[in-house]
Amino acid sequence: MAYTIQGKTQEWEVVVGLEVHAQVTSKAKLFSGASAAYGGAPNSQVSLVDAAMPGVLPVINSYCIEQAVRTGLGLRAKINEDSVFERKNYFYPDLPQGYQISQYQKPIVGEGVVMLDMEDGTRREIGIERLHMEQDAGKSMHDQAPSSSYIDLNRSGICLMEIVSKPDMRSSGEAGAFLRKLRSIMRYLGTCDGNMEEGSMRADVNVSVRPLGSSRYLTRTETKNVNSVRFVMQAIEFESNRQTVAYENGDSVIQETRLFDSQCSETRAMRAKEFAHDYRYFPDPDLLPLKLSSSFIQKIQDGLPELPDEKRDRFMEDYELKAYDAGILVADQEVANYFEDIAIDHDPKLSANWIITNLFSVLKKLGCNIVESPISASDLGELIGLVEDNTISGRTAKEVFDTMIDTGKSASDIVDEKGLKQISDISQIDTIIKQVLTDNPKQLAQVKAGNAKVIGWFVGQVMKATKGKANPEIVNKLLREKIK
Amino acid sequence: MSFDRKVVYNVANLARIRVAEENIDNLATELSAIIKWVEQLNEVDTYTVQAMNNVTNSTLPQRNDSVLDGGYPKDVLANAPESVDDYFTVPKVVE
Amino acid sequence: MTDLIDLTIHEASASLTQGEFSAEELVLAHIKSIETQRDLNMFITETPEVAIQGARESDLRRSKGMALGCMDGIPVAVKDLFCTKGILTTAGSRILSNFVPTYESTITEKMNNAGAVLLGKSNLDEFAMGSSTTTSFYGSTINPWRSKKRVDLVPGGSSGGSAAAVAAQAAMGALGTDTGGSIRQPASFCGVVGLKPTYGRCSRWGIVAFASSLDQAGPITRSVHDAAIFLSAIAGYDAKDSTSVPVDPLDFEQSLYSGIKGMKFGIPKEYIVENMPAEITKLWEKGITWLEDRGAECMEVSLPHTKYALPAYYIIAPAEASSNLARYDGVRYGIREKGDTLDEMYQLTRAKGFGDEVQRRILVGTYVLSAGYYDAYYVKAQKVRTLIAEDFVKAFKKVEAILTPTTPSAAFCAKEKCNDPISMYLNDVFTVPASLAGLPGISVPGALDYNGLPLGLQLIGKPFEEETLLKAAQALEEGANFGRSTPKGLEV
Repeated sequence: MAYTIQGKTQEWEVVVGLEVHAQVTSKAKLFSGASAAYGGAPNSQVSLVDAAMPGVLPVINSYCIEQAVRTGLGLRAKINEDSVFERKNYFYPDLPQGYQISQYQKPIVGEGVVMLDMEDGTRREIGIERLHMEQDAGKSMHDQAPSSSYIDLNRSGICLMEIVSKPDMRSSGEAGAFLRKLRSIMRYLGTCDGNMEEGSMRADVNVSVRPLGSSRYLTRTETKNVNSVRFVMQAIEFESNRQTVAYENGDSVIQETRLFDSQCSETRAMRAKEFAHDYRYFPDPDLLPLKLSSSFIQKIQDGLPELPDEKRDRFMEDYELKAYDAGILVADQEVANYFEDIAIDHDPKLSANWIITNLFSVLKKLGCNIVESPISASDLGELIGLVEDNTISGRTAKEVFDTMIDTGKSASDIVDEKGLKQISDISQIDTIIKQVLTDNPKQLAQVKAGNAKVIGWFVGQVMKATKGKANPEIVNKLLREKIK
Repeated sequence: MSFDRKVVYNVANLARIRVAEENIDNLATELSAIIKWVEQLNEVDTYTVQAMNNVTNSTLPQRNDSVLDGGYPKDVLANAPESVDDYFTVPKVVE
Repeated sequence: MTDLIDLTIHEASASLTQGEFSAEELVLAHIKSIETQRDLNMFITETPEVAIQGARESDLRRSKGMALGCMDGIPVAVKDLFCTKGILTTAGSRILSNFVPTYESTITEKMNNAGAVLLGKSNLDEFAMGSSTTTSFYGSTINPWRSKKRVDLVPGGSSGGSAAAVAAQAAMGALGTDTGGSIRQPASFCGVVGLKPTYGRCSRWGIVAFASSLDQAGPITRSVHDAAIFLSAIAGYDAKDSTSVPVDPLDFEQSLYSGIKGMKFGIPKEYIVENMPAEITKLWEKGITWLEDRGAECMEVSLPHTKYALPAYYIIAPAEASSNLARYDGVRYGIREKGDTLDEMYQLTRAKGFGDEVQRRILVGTYVLSAGYYDAYYVKAQKVRTLIAEDFVKAFKKVEAILTPTTPSAAFCAKEKCNDPISMYLNDVFTVPASLAGLPGISVPGALDYNGLPLGLQLIGKPFEEETLLKAAQALEEGANFGRSTPKGLEV
């Protein structure tokens, strides 16, 4: 069911396109040998090239090219064998050259696609318009002094991939899913760490609304540099509502660049009076066209890892998981590995269930990721094994799981120490059942009179008498035989 | 197309060059003459011609992904008109 | 002993090897020459201490038998467009009037490594934009040659300080840069040899950029042989310049005297332009004779798009310049004018930092790249550039080099053309086509005109065939027998 905004007069559809800036995980910058690491002392990771000193020249980093191609292939996109670096000219103090080296008419990667698995089991295909390589700008800080801004060029020249989606998203939820999926793909590929807090992934959010059923795009706004999935979603919600209200009040929406204020989850127009942008793109005469051979592209293609979509399909086929569960497990490669480490020896659905229901909530509570999990895959596998061979019941297993987290002990040690081993010995259970039936003649009569519900009450009594250790399946079976 | 006052003003803004009011007319005349002169290129039929952006036919040279540069903030800031604590400073920017 | 400043690099190098004099003596003679000719305003920065120090080191090397080659101990001037570590580098502009690089250009580093000694940073048109060395923030350079009327003449440009210094014997050789003729045209005006190598032959790293797809460094010398020596020292691939071409380094002296017998030269009919002084046509004809006398064959070739080279150049070069000069914004280096807002700071800094001609070119360049005009001007010009380059490719199927005049006139009086940009631009009419095609070109002094002013002939060669070009230039030099005509000779 499509997401819409119900206005006073009609329903409105939200149209979202994203321009994602993803930092390539390289050691050095795109056109210089300075470090691209996060968090250096001011201007300490700056070469003469990054500071645009007179007469200095760019030389491209081969690894960045490879990573852009890898990402393009991961987005199932067309790789352009000929691409061109152009200059995008504008003045800003954190843009030392007075232009950004970017790609314009001939980007390295053309059209591709990102597949979204929605919660309701449906899939949405979001088109990728292009991916191009460009330099990041430096960092301006405006709050350090009353009358001046501070400039640090450490980021200047770091390699970014700008990934431009088609305006295919129709809700903030889809935009969030798109960003998470894109991040997942890039992490699988190792091309971008997706760390939004450190700025290695940011998005420009293009939003417009239109009457439901219309196929015409109305004026869009661009909210720049939003740096978390949540903020992107908030920006879309705020913008789409603001625009809807504007149209319904007979106002217009103007095409403009806006900023996202994370304090109050709002977007606002930029205050700075700007001259009309005219970037005067032209091919950078300091660089030659980039030509890639088909064998170079093929080599990268051959080296691609199994990507989330393929892995999800395999999980559904090999492990008979549901699409949504499989999608959750493959979103993070480490989670997928963790799952497979367990599922190789144990029931896959039970394994998936344990990870998604129990382990994830613990990780969330502890604020750690799966690699830092207090319970290793083999520990959890052991616990699941104890359930599978009826050593303990599912309910007991949950108790053992909690103890494992608290104490760090292994499942079997906890079961032994606490004597939690399930009673599966038929004669022993039989004796207890006889005793319970004898002790409760009134309830027995009710069962015999046909009140089946009371059987459950008897199961409860038997479990109580065994402190929950009796195998519930055996108890059920024996009880029914006795009462017949 | 020729330069009128408005074009001079817009182009000067794009180039971030303050043009004195009294020079605008003069500049408009001069720049119009230059533009008119270069427009003789319109005599040439270039319909099927590729634009030439580089005279060399070699391939784009590439560097390895190694950190071999940077680490000299004092050099980077050596010629800075204004700086504070290894930052360049500029008149405050309002976003 | 002859006056040390009369020597060519080739001669001085031989004498240094023989121990006839020391590098320090050679350098001191040139420092004295500079000091006595300061009225010509050839240098923005003189570096006598650096030169003397360098000469002493050279002498020390030589005494240990470790001399570095022909350039060791040779005093040279360097156009103030090359970044020199610890030495003011201004590009002739107010905006860089306080800029001291912390790095060295590849070319000057190669010169240092060859043992050459820096006498100073020579004057130029601001950011190399000009053909007269009159747009420098540091004032005009005056051509050491004076007409019979004894008025001050321009040395040409933009490498006017370099060409003047070599002609005035204030340096044995000099580094220039050539974007549309900025080595060849001043060499012609000053009666010296100026070589623009093939684009990509010499590294652009550390040269303040004017128009990146055209800029190329090269030597200005008093003989073709010296040009060969100088080029051998500075040519070569540089991994720091992506447009540098990986070709094997050559010793350009090797085949210098092997002769031009049987070589074919092209005479492009389109280089006969309106209002060209008869003396230049005459010199051109003489040039043909000199080549033919030495066994070469000259034939007419056609370069049909020649007349469009200048307008194409005056779109492409300003466009690239408008972008290359955006970095001069008062933030990281250079002068800054106070402004209340960032934009005011930018606008005032650039208005006061750049001179009129630079501003004019930035505005033209900004305009031709701007939305709506990009295809009509910039792309159009780059297409015409393709046609111009193809003209040369066709011509070079028939001939090995092309002979033309270097300039359509001799040196002119400073006031003559400075008020009309277009008439100034026309100075480059013969040098710009080779620049657009990235081809090597050399200007060799041919004769003196009726006024006693030098006129040059230009040879244009195939890409990366400077060896052939120098061999032909050597033949031309022999034919012209311009010899030691120096401006000093005229003063008598």
